[in-house]
Amino acid sequence: MSPTITTSSEANGNVSAATARAAASAAASAEAAGPQPVTMAKALNTALADAMHADSSVLVFGEDVGMLGGVFRITDGLTATFGEQRCFDTPLAESGIVGMAVGMAINGMRPVIEMQFDAFAYPAFEQIVSHVAKMHNRTKGAVRLPLVIRIPYGGGIGGVEHHCDSSESYYAHTAGLKVYTPATVADGYRMLREAIDSDDPVIFMEPKKMYWTKDQVDLGELRRLHAEGTTTGHTSEGRAAVARPGTDATLIAYGPSVPTALAAAEAAALEGRSLEVIDVRTIVPFDDATVCESVRKTGRAVVIAEAHGFASVSSEIVARVQERCFHYLAAPIRRVTGFDVPYPAPKLEKYYLPGVDRILDAVDDLQWEN
Amino acid sequence: MTISADHTAPDTTSTEPAGNALTEAVKKFGITVEDYMLPARHQIQMVDPDGRLIPEGEQGTQPGHEYPVPGDKELLAAYEQLVVGRRVNDQNSALVRQGRMAVYPSSHGQEACQVAAALCLSDADWMFPTYRDAVAVMTRGVDPVQVMTIFRGDWHGGYDPLENKVGIQCTPLTTQLLHAVGVAHAAKLRGEDTVVLAMCGDGATSEGDFHEALNFAAVFHLPVIFFVQNNKYAISVPLAHQSVAPSLAHKAVGYGMAGERVDGNDVVALLAVLDRAVKLAREGSGPLLVEANTYRMQAHTNADDDTRYRENSEVAEWRAKDPVNRMRTYLTDRGLLDDDGEARIREHAEAVAAQLREGLSEDVPVDPQELFRHVFDRQTPQLAEESAMLADELARDAAATDSQEAGK
Repeated sequence: MSPTITTSSEANGNVSAATARAAASAAASAEAAGPQPVTMAKALNTALADAMHADSSVLVFGEDVGMLGGVFRITDGLTATFGEQRCFDTPLAESGIVGMAVGMAINGMRPVIEMQFDAFAYPAFEQIVSHVAKMHNRTKGAVRLPLVIRIPYGGGIGGVEHHCDSSESYYAHTAGLKVYTPATVADGYRMLREAIDSDDPVIFMEPKKMYWTKDQVDLGELRRLHAEGTTTGHTSEGRAAVARPGTDATLIAYGPSVPTALAAAEAAALEGRSLEVIDVRTIVPFDDATVCESVRKTGRAVVIAEAHGFASVSSEIVARVQERCFHYLAAPIRRVTGFDVPYPAPKLEKYYLPGVDRILDAVDDLQWEN
Repeated sequence: MTISADHTAPDTTSTEPAGNALTEAVKKFGITVEDYMLPARHQIQMVDPDGRLIPEGEQGTQPGHEYPVPGDKELLAAYEQLVVGRRVNDQNSALVRQGRMAVYPSSHGQEACQVAAALCLSDADWMFPTYRDAVAVMTRGVDPVQVMTIFRGDWHGGYDPLENKVGIQCTPLTTQLLHAVGVAHAAKLRGEDTVVLAMCGDGATSEGDFHEALNFAAVFHLPVIFFVQNNKYAISVPLAHQSVAPSLAHKAVGYGMAGERVDGNDVVALLAVLDRAVKLAREGSGPLLVEANTYRMQAHTNADDDTRYRENSEVAEWRAKDPVNRMRTYLTDRGLLDDDGEARIREHAEAVAAQLREGLSEDVPVDPQELFRHVFDRQTPQLAEESAMLADELARDAAATDSQEAGK
């Protein structure tokens, strides 16, 4: 496909704001009222479309995001609605995508760019670490980079090598980056809108195995709440959620590990153990208060993540909780993480990924007999 | 920077096949696409090292690669900046020796490139420089002391890039070329006619981002001028180890853009070539690559020892091609510069040097709390906690010092 397709009158980017708004209200009115089964993919797609309607400086680009709508279809229909100037394919080069986004952000745009897979983002690492993360600090805030780097991450889809990495620790370790990861369909919409609104650069980690997860969600209500939030200043940033209340122990999870933690809590309940599940939501900034409040209450904690455990987000969470809750702990904090091996081939991933049984084993080890 | 809420870019910005634009350029000059993209057979040179204007037929020009000599006013302004630039380079090297600056990568010998890179642009254009391009940044209008702050050691940057439309002086090689591409792309989408000049050196052309930037600029047909100062060395490694291309300007062809090489110590030729490149880019001919053939007269920085990798005779050879002396002779012979003019320019250069001496000798107090202030637009609770920890540590240090003083 030529990168310089001849544009049709509807899709040449010269769509007037009025036309765009009309399309937005048409899309909104086409949605059924009240809660409906909605996939994470649809929530993210709707968030992108709504953000593009709301602000003409929001641009979407990356590999296969145009005509195809992205390999996971998250950008489906955006080129048709907004034209090739607002949602377009780039040459196949991730450093180029991020570097160009930096320049666009310097010059007044709010780029939302897609890295096709977690491990495909590595060629852009230098741009992310040396520029995206540092520009605000280096220029004492004179240059802000309001850009979002969307990265589908994690395993559980039987993917081949380089398609299932959990790369969040690299970004969380880099000062100057905010790292969001939604674990529910509603958060997919809410947090992506907030990431796009943020004047700080956000690494938006999308749990790819959850793209087709459905929740009962009222997109119209979420849209209304988002508009309200932009006036009240309320955001999800730095706010973990109690995904399931409990009293005996706390499971701390984020992104793709949240549903696994919830399943473990469900199973534990059958055995008479009440587990609280915390969904971290934004890894950076981290919500120490909510996590620690839960651990102080239960006195026991297990941290769950797909990523390798060594020198990871999960080790950081353990360290933070231990520093703040030591005297409340009845047992050492346990971790259930991916093993410290390269992400395995599809037939082996079930041995690698944290599962319900491994989580329950860890909970069993939390020195209950005393 | 604000943009219009109605994102209605004019038709001129619509995505068009780069091939069509090349065809237009070809029509303009009446030559083949290949002859448009390939650099002229010889580098463009207008004033020889002895300061003599080279006869028109011997300047390296050929059909489609013709360059008029810039106007007198532009040439005089360029000479003034050359003298200032040389003085600044040498003043800064002295300040490093005196310990007033941590490091200074001097562009001594490359001042013609520095000056031309800044003077070819309009106010609304952008420039993306490297760490060696302080003189270009200054020539663009950024306050000299602010430019050198990055080398003084109290912050990683000293000027607001948005004020003069100059990117931060970039250290990771060629990463800034992509920022240039993005700035040009954003401007084009809004229908603005901004031109962006992106600078790098010969060694940097080996980096992946060099390739990605040129390719993106060509594919999106953006008004970016890639200006390569080929100063022959990447710290110690000579050009032959970086590339075996016929010239660095020839790399343009592979991206479908036009390339040109120019004597990088001849500010007249540099201005002629860059002025036309800016005009072509602004008219919509897409990106261009200009290679300036110059020489890094001094070591990479004060921490480098260039006698380990090159002969003094080679340096001496280039000293004879000095860009400042050449221009002085040329302008004097043409009657554009006399002793009074020269004296006034020297005075200007001395004033800038004095400003640097004063500005960089000043002990600017650093504020430790500034460490936490600019990491994010919205500070995180964790940073607030760390900031309070440092404040407490400093308060206890101060109290201890006070009680020691009191005990004396």
